Amino acid sequence: MAVKRKPDPVKFAELGVSATALFRYYRDMLLIRRFEERAGQMYGMGLIGGFCHLYIGQEAVVVGIQSVLREGDSIVTSYRDHGHMLGSGMDPKGVMAELTGRRGGYSHGKGGSMHMFSREKNFFGGHGIVGAQVPIGTGLAFAHRYRGNGRICVTYLGDGAINQGQVYESFNMAALWKLPVVYVIENNRYGMGTSIDRASARTDLFHRGRAYGIPGEQVDGMNVLAVYEAGLAASEHARSGQGPIILEMMTYRYRGHSMSDPAKYRTRDEVNRMRTEHDPIEHLRRRLLEDGTSESRLKEIEGEVRNLVAEAAQFAQDSPEPDPAELWTDVLAEA
Amino acid sequence: MATEVLMPALSPTMTEGKIARWLKTEGEPVRAGDVLAEIETDKATMEVEAVDEGVLARIVIPEGTEHVAVNTPIALIAGNGEEVGAIERRASAPKPAVETPVLEAPASQPSSAATAPRRVPAVAEYTRKATTMTVREALRDAMAEEMRRDETVFLLGEEVAEYQGAYKVSQGLLQEFGPRRVIDTPITEHGFSGLGVGAAFAGLRPIVEFMTFNFAMQAMDQIVNSAAKTRYMSGGQMSCPIVFRGPNGIAARVAAQHSQCYASWYAHVPGLKVVAPYTGADHKGLLKAAIRDPNPVIFLEHELVYGESSAVPDDPELVVPIGKARIARSGEHVTITAFSRMVKLAMHAAEELDKAGISAEVIDLRTLRPFDIETVVNSVKKTNRIVTVEEGWPFAGIGAELAATMMEESFDWLDAPLKRVAGKDVPLPYAANLERLAVPQVEDIVAAAREVAYR
Repeated sequence: MAVKRKPDPVKFAELGVSATALFRYYRDMLLIRRFEERAGQMYGMGLIGGFCHLYIGQEAVVVGIQSVLREGDSIVTSYRDHGHMLGSGMDPKGVMAELTGRRGGYSHGKGGSMHMFSREKNFFGGHGIVGAQVPIGTGLAFAHRYRGNGRICVTYLGDGAINQGQVYESFNMAALWKLPVVYVIENNRYGMGTSIDRASARTDLFHRGRAYGIPGEQVDGMNVLAVYEAGLAASEHARSGQGPIILEMMTYRYRGHSMSDPAKYRTRDEVNRMRTEHDPIEHLRRRLLEDGTSESRLKEIEGEVRNLVAEAAQFAQDSPEPDPAELWTDVLAEA
Repeated sequence: MATEVLMPALSPTMTEGKIARWLKTEGEPVRAGDVLAEIETDKATMEVEAVDEGVLARIVIPEGTEHVAVNTPIALIAGNGEEVGAIERRASAPKPAVETPVLEAPASQPSSAATAPRRVPAVAEYTRKATTMTVREALRDAMAEEMRRDETVFLLGEEVAEYQGAYKVSQGLLQEFGPRRVIDTPITEHGFSGLGVGAAFAGLRPIVEFMTFNFAMQAMDQIVNSAAKTRYMSGGQMSCPIVFRGPNGIAARVAAQHSQCYASWYAHVPGLKVVAPYTGADHKGLLKAAIRDPNPVIFLEHELVYGESSAVPDDPELVVPIGKARIARSGEHVTITAFSRMVKLAMHAAEELDKAGISAEVIDLRTLRPFDIETVVNSVKKTNRIVTVEEGWPFAGIGAELAATMMEESFDWLDAPLKRVAGKDVPLPYAANLERLAVPQVEDIVAAAREVAYR
């Protein structure tokens, strides 16, 4: 039932991944990386407030999973959500302007980093309570099954959320009712400052659905192609009416839990080793070059990404603060 | 010596039942443990077993009889060797207590059928064709009508489908709508509440039934953090059209963990609507409004009200607007506000006060958020005195909120300080006498009204 996938994928062609797709992965991962770096910078400048959880290092997970989704599939995650939003095609300008708390943000400045949504892109948040997105995602899958529309929901959660009771309440219902949901556990090895082996009795999380008969698989989450391959199989499993499935993505965040976390609970060496040996973007870049892609083609992509991020940062600073009258709007809908 | 078989109380709130079927006939020998009859209670069909050996000498209450009060002798069992004929002469069948209104809360005398008034006065504002039915039937009809009207409405909760509702509220819904739309959940409140929220985000209209609101504490995070706040946090993009409903407040002899009023807890939260009706018509009309509402609605019912009958309008389009209080009784000298079951006590208190020459105006708040301040303020401008009634604890309760509101809105109109009647500031005790002391009683309301009226 639960298998460990070999970390290194076979040749691109054998996976059926086109060159165009590879360039898109590269672009999307780079966009998240550069966006997050800029967000970190703007936080340091006092332009972004509150909690700000960066996705740097984990880009391959979202980009690989996103590439297997179809129009109408839904996505939900917790508060480390900027990558998921960019990955689902939301406008970097609207995301960054939400981080700065401006009118042009996705929530008009009322949600912030942890609470953003896009009905248009079927991105259902952006939830600030660890684990709470799991029953919600299960409910989104329930709605797909209720409507019989053949769509699935990808519910992301971290290794920190995996010990919340509501996760298992959800696993049970999803398995009981065969709901079309893929649970993607982003195991970045730390729930805030607590390493997984200090928090979990068993650290291989893909087993966690076993009691409910939910198949699970551990995946190299630093390799976008491995993510793609596992994601494709998992999405087909969920889409075909066989019920939920768990993917445990072995990944790593380079930054602290949030901007205010000095990350003293791990060594500098550990972080450097991951960055130099397992960086998902560097990994794909090397593979592309090996496959004959020219440096200039990659530079072109890098230039496009740089411009997008610069535009987003500018927009987020230029967009005005919300009108004071916005304080009172959107509490309730008109009945 | 013959033994009387009494109508048993088979649930904490049962006051009467129906003899559905006799399984033994007169003259038949019975042994301890034999099933004598099937009784339909307010919640389920139960079996009555013999506790003694002997002969079923006489069936006092025939099969099919409804509204048989708890403790009514329903049969006689003759001891071994005892003459059946002698027993027949002694036995006199008491009439089933069908319409014996008595004012006290069943909580104080849980074993007596004579404690629950059966008839709630029809509400004046509904003039169209109406049918007399129980509150539980009114709730069921509201759900059924809305499910017929809108395919996205579905019911989710523990025992709502095959069991037909822990309190029989969802009776017949599974049969009409099938298991796709009437869904039994595992006992997993946090999980299925969150699942409901997710389904609502996706555009469905879930009705989430809590077996009682005591269990909704498990789901508080999903109700408050997910359901209530997401519209705001998304700048109006997201919608959460969901109803959380079930019995709230103090039941009968089930003690602290199963007896609590959550009205003020939910009413505290912006992004929620909170409804707590009393009459059958309001239960139906407000539940329909709640289901149609695009916002999360907390719909607080009351176990001790489920069995009350009153006239309920037939019109499936009749919806009672959320946010409007109802003047249940006009009066001149004192305003009494109440909601849910406490409306009944307030009405009885008003009758008592009448005898003392105090004319009380009773306001059935019906909705606690958004709160109908205007109706209360207008009443106080007339009466200049106010008593608030609730089952919940006094500290930071609905009465406390009303006290603050009166200070802000009606200070110059008050001739006496507001007086709160509330549940006592203790976890609810089990013992009958202590329970009665902890829960507001008619005499507490009467005393408070006299106090503010200085009479």
